[in-house]
Amino acid sequence: MAPAVLIEKLQKQYGAVAAVKDISLRIEPGEIFGLLGPNGAGKTTTLRCLCTLAEPDAGRIEVSGISVLDQPKLARQKLGYVAQEVAIDKVLTGRELLQLQAALYHLPKAIAKTQIEAAIARLGLQDYADKKSGTYSGGIKKRLDLASGLLHQPDVLVLDEPTVGLDIESRVAVWDFLRQIRAEGTTVLITSHYLEEIDLLADRVAIIDQGKVIAAGTSSALKDKVGGDRITLRIREFTSLAEAEQAKSLLEALAPVQEVIINTAQGNSLNLVVQPQSDALAAVQAALNHAGLPTFGIAQARPSLDDVYLAATGRTLLDAEIAAAGSRDEKAERKKQMR
Amino acid sequence: MSSSTTTPSTLNGKVAVRSGSTAGAIADFWQETGALTRRLFIQLQRRPSTLLAGIVQPLMWLILFGALFQNAPKGFLGSEISYGRFIGAGIIVFTAFGGALNAGLPVMFDREFGFLNRLLVAPLVSRYSIVMASALFITAMSTVQTIAIIAMSAVLGAGLPNAAGLALVGAIVLLLVVGVTALSLGLAFSLPGHIELIAVIFVTNLPLLFASTALVPLSFMPGWLQWVAALNPLSYAIEPIRYVYLHSDWSLSSVVLHAPFGDVTLGAALLVLVGFCAIALLSIQPRLKRAFA
Repeated sequence: MAPAVLIEKLQKQYGAVAAVKDISLRIEPGEIFGLLGPNGAGKTTTLRCLCTLAEPDAGRIEVSGISVLDQPKLARQKLGYVAQEVAIDKVLTGRELLQLQAALYHLPKAIAKTQIEAAIARLGLQDYADKKSGTYSGGIKKRLDLASGLLHQPDVLVLDEPTVGLDIESRVAVWDFLRQIRAEGTTVLITSHYLEEIDLLADRVAIIDQGKVIAAGTSSALKDKVGGDRITLRIREFTSLAEAEQAKSLLEALAPVQEVIINTAQGNSLNLVVQPQSDALAAVQAALNHAGLPTFGIAQARPSLDDVYLAATGRTLLDAEIAAAGSRDEKAERKKQMR
Repeated sequence: MSSSTTTPSTLNGKVAVRSGSTAGAIADFWQETGALTRRLFIQLQRRPSTLLAGIVQPLMWLILFGALFQNAPKGFLGSEISYGRFIGAGIIVFTAFGGALNAGLPVMFDREFGFLNRLLVAPLVSRYSIVMASALFITAMSTVQTIAIIAMSAVLGAGLPNAAGLALVGAIVLLLVVGVTALSLGLAFSLPGHIELIAVIFVTNLPLLFASTALVPLSFMPGWLQWVAALNPLSYAIEPIRYVYLHSDWSLSSVVLHAPFGDVTLGAALLVLVGFCAIALLSIQPRLKRAFA
């Protein structure tokens, strides 16, 4: 069976900015595949190339064995795309928008009618379908968008940051919905910069950073590969680098400690990798006490996807987010997304 | 895309997609065009002020221009007709032109709000369905406006063309609307944003009106402007309409325009419009295709 989505050595440049440098993905039919990475990592650009909204500079993209570049129309039939920003015509009702969507995918009238009714029922839009979509809340708009993305029963549903800006109730509703359609055999490709979301939902994950895939696999395999438990240690709320260095050399000498990283973006806190199920926490605290160093905060945890990201890039996802937020040009990005 | 043999999905309960035969493609084209046109009419229905303004404005032009030139020296039109009879054709064409020129604006806003992406990720048979939907909508609007202008002109004493003449007016408005709508949508697909599009509309609209035979006859203009007006496609829409208004015995060989480079017959003027329309439609093809067919 052909993979649901195959992306090989994708490259895409916008002006001087290389949005996607080298991305390869293989997504199997019926799985939820998560694309995780900070803002500006190239997630949306990858999706835009997949959904025929942008032409790649290089690389191969297939959907259910169909080349997106050679047979775009056929590929479009196989894809459902739910963009990050809900774009609806606020003058039209939800039902009218679904009818438009059905016609754009050439559904025969009778099938369109059943599909629309089914989509409205499934996303709980009965009370809203005949109201103008301009009156909808963000959560209802997103639900309408999900309904329209699924109307033509695509092989692959592609969702760009589907829960950004949603309240927690709507987020959970979206997650349940995605699990349901996976159970029915639809492949789901979802991007997110929320770790928990991807960890919770995705069967497999690719972590993207600066236009490249830096790690891919199941979430637990990625975590295992990183190995060890994590201890996050803050000596003071804002530790001086000298003090952090001192603690680092001190702790590196301890037996259960495998690695110590100073996180300069987080007030020189220390990230320790320790042997799992060891008494590392007690050992660390004892060593600090002995050296006369205070403890502002200390916590032990199993590795998270963030640790996977940290191990590959040397910074946490949150740090990358903050850095990206400062340097990104929203206006230019809007322009780029316009076609 | 060469051979599009659509394989219906095999997963049970999946929708079978129509196969890519020519008849199927034509049906699909009309389905998408119909749905896009319906959207524009629903918008109009829920925002009726657009329609109202669209009818009131040309009638105001008609009355105000008629009054403005009422006392102009006799013979300035080159014949004994009143300015009120003369201006009707100009207002019809100017109104249809203005409507079509603005057709790109909603498409530009769709682009800016991301709604257009919805259309671009859909397996449209041809993106000309977007052009076609706008053209159908503007044609309907222009038809209503034209009827209002013709009716008001008649009330003001300009008379009516005969039945065939009215049909010709309809055909000319259609050609003009399709051609200009295509160009406007081409701009909407090419320009960076609505500010730029509005700027282009602004510098196109009135200058093309003044550089045509809408307000004064060619004979009244200085030599250089005669050349400009005789090369302006709007003149080729205005003069045949004006001719059928003034002559019930018109035919395709009637001379409707005494251009500096020679006489133009009604048939030739129609050919110019057909050519303009075809070139406009063809010229925007690369913009519609962009990266993907």
